[in-house]
Amino acid sequence: MKILLTKIVFFIVLGWIAINPVYAESPQIIKISYLTQQQKPPAALSNLDVFIQHKGLMGAKIAVDDNNTTGQFTAQKFELKTIIVPVEGDVIEQFQQQVSDDTALVITNLPAQQLKQIADLDVAKGKLFFDATTTDDDLRNNKCRNNILHMLPSRAMRADALAQYMMKKRWTKWFLVSGMTAEDRLYASAIKRAVGRFGIKLVAEKQWTHTYDARRTAQSDIPVFTQGIDYDVLVVADEQGLFGEYLEYRTWNPRPVVGTQGLVPSAWHKTHEQWGAVQIQNRFKTLAGRHMQEQDYGAYLAARAIGEAAVRTKSNQLTKIKAYLLGDEFALQGYKGKPLSFRAWNGQLRQPVLLAAARSLVAAAPVDGFLHPKSELDTLGFDQPESSCNQTVLEQITASPIVEQGTSQDVESRIQKLIQRLKNYYNSKWK
Amino acid sequence: MKPGFFALSLMAMLLGGPVQAETVIVTLEKDNALAVIDPVAGKLIKTIEVGQRPRGIALSPDNKVLYVATSDDNTVKIIDAESFQELGQLPSGDDPETFALSPAGDRLYVSNEDDYLVTVIDVINKQAIAEIKVGIEPEGIAVSYDNQWVVSASETTNMIHWIDVKSNSIVDNTLVDARPRAASFTQDNAQLWVTSEMAGTLMILDVASKQIIKKIKLDIPSVSADKIQPVGVVIDKERRWGYVAIGPANRVAVINAQTLEVEKFLLVGQRVWNLAFSADQKRLYTTNGRSNDVSIIDLENHKVMKSVAVGRFPWGIVSKP
Repeated sequence: MKILLTKIVFFIVLGWIAINPVYAESPQIIKISYLTQQQKPPAALSNLDVFIQHKGLMGAKIAVDDNNTTGQFTAQKFELKTIIVPVEGDVIEQFQQQVSDDTALVITNLPAQQLKQIADLDVAKGKLFFDATTTDDDLRNNKCRNNILHMLPSRAMRADALAQYMMKKRWTKWFLVSGMTAEDRLYASAIKRAVGRFGIKLVAEKQWTHTYDARRTAQSDIPVFTQGIDYDVLVVADEQGLFGEYLEYRTWNPRPVVGTQGLVPSAWHKTHEQWGAVQIQNRFKTLAGRHMQEQDYGAYLAARAIGEAAVRTKSNQLTKIKAYLLGDEFALQGYKGKPLSFRAWNGQLRQPVLLAAARSLVAAAPVDGFLHPKSELDTLGFDQPESSCNQTVLEQITASPIVEQGTSQDVESRIQKLIQRLKNYYNSKWK
Repeated sequence: MKPGFFALSLMAMLLGGPVQAETVIVTLEKDNALAVIDPVAGKLIKTIEVGQRPRGIALSPDNKVLYVATSDDNTVKIIDAESFQELGQLPSGDDPETFALSPAGDRLYVSNEDDYLVTVIDVINKQAIAEIKVGIEPEGIAVSYDNQWVVSASETTNMIHWIDVKSNSIVDNTLVDARPRAASFTQDNAQLWVTSEMAGTLMILDVASKQIIKKIKLDIPSVSADKIQPVGVVIDKERRWGYVAIGPANRVAVINAQTLEVEKFLLVGQRVWNLAFSADQKRLYTTNGRSNDVSIIDLENHKVMKSVAVGRFPWGIVSKP
């Protein structure tokens, strides 16, 4: 009898706990869409790394779960709608059909070109895009949009991170090797920007034009390719990973490889365990059955940023959320030892860049000693005075149709011309 | 160790004289050891192997037993505070880092960061008696001096969860600044002080209303804002002064607990993490994780007196009278 009574009391208490605390009123709903397109597996360098379909999605899911844990206590509910466009599908069409009018927050895992097209649509004016994947510098500069926030470090930020560490090591004579794709060219331009910015010497620059099936010929090609040049490090620009891995241990002189292979600057890496990172690494591995990739990290941060803003402002309204995200109070925990925030001049998330080798985290930039009057994180990438983004990201979103030129048209066009000239210069040097 | 010093300390031990009046015990995360310091002489007495990755440490109310979370052994070890012999282990759950002891010393509350739980351990019977589901990545934990509240700070949910000691359940939550790290009650149980690592703030919560009554932004001239990452916090018995360790800023903030204003910053070692008072509260000890030392601060003059090299990655710290 006594046991029964205790049991009844127990269940009453349990029931009370379950219904009472904060869920009494119906929760506020925060709708998030996640938009991506299925990828064709690219040509692989080796069979070691399994192709991962839907990189990014799991990051968004975990962050939304995290948000909902907080939401239990704040009477908010975060809903994630996943839109995966098939390989042959039309992303713009799917965006228009599937992202509802009442969903203002859209996380994207799309290439820069597609993202730009979508962000320029009329229906996109009242939305805010969280770009979880691009590293494109143009999209953060002259082609910037005031309705896009960028979660991952740009190529320029990565190159600067690398340069800072190389400066610390005094490995300042660089030999740059780049591949033939457009992305490789952009990576190489970022490297060359860092060269100029940090006073590094670019002693040689070559394009890799050999066959990509280097398994057969690497041993003979690479020594010849790197012979006769006096350099400290071999910087490689090979974003797809078609030949970069073959450089290490095959150069004429014993020199380290850095860049897209070797010592790699990145937003996230499986070797990263400091600053509480081991927690999220383990959580991710348990849920996804694989290591967290950069895109997962980008999408994770995007959904967590939304969660932070919605919880702090107690709102699901875009204007409030956006103002909070770009305000001074916003401090996102990104497991990298420093609070992350957005650069109001181009929507880029300020963050440390990790420098990782295959099995060890070598450093995190900004490297000690690189100073900045406001935030040392702004020593990486395009700082406010250097930015050619002519749109204040923190504009009233609904009232501002996208204009190509700002008010000070002359200055802007002059800057644009200057950039174009620089680009031409680099391109001519390239060919 | 020099033979002369050894003889001297042996003599002191045999005589039980005033030299050993107080010892400070520090966990060394990387050395898998405890460091024992004589804070008056400002000297390291010895280091003792303790287990894999020791972090949180507490002393029983009778000063006889130490509890040490050896994170990579997934346990909290019970250690004789005199002989440093292991007496037993407590079922802490996975990867224990921080924990808090009840005022009577009969309950231990452990944060299980990966499982989003607070585990309640009956110290006498060495049994886990409850698991309380909290927010994502719970870390800082504290028990009020009147044994009414346990508070757990979850780093990713950004909340202080108020757990009622009698029912072992959450009865209220306070949203705080990003990545709350440590929490400490004032001796009168009227306030809870909480640090936010990411926002660089110290928040003072009113225990009765569970609301933030004051937020102190810790700005240090000449130190960039992203290095201001407050961690450990302690308040003296009279609620006259509070102290906050500011991690990579390498400083301890001295807070006037009456006016709730920052009085000054004291430069200590690198990555200052946790803090402990001497029994008479005349000194404050800090663990400096990156410079591998402990700073000793004289609280009458608010001056750093000395730093003592202890070993790799000093983390937790207690003072034994």
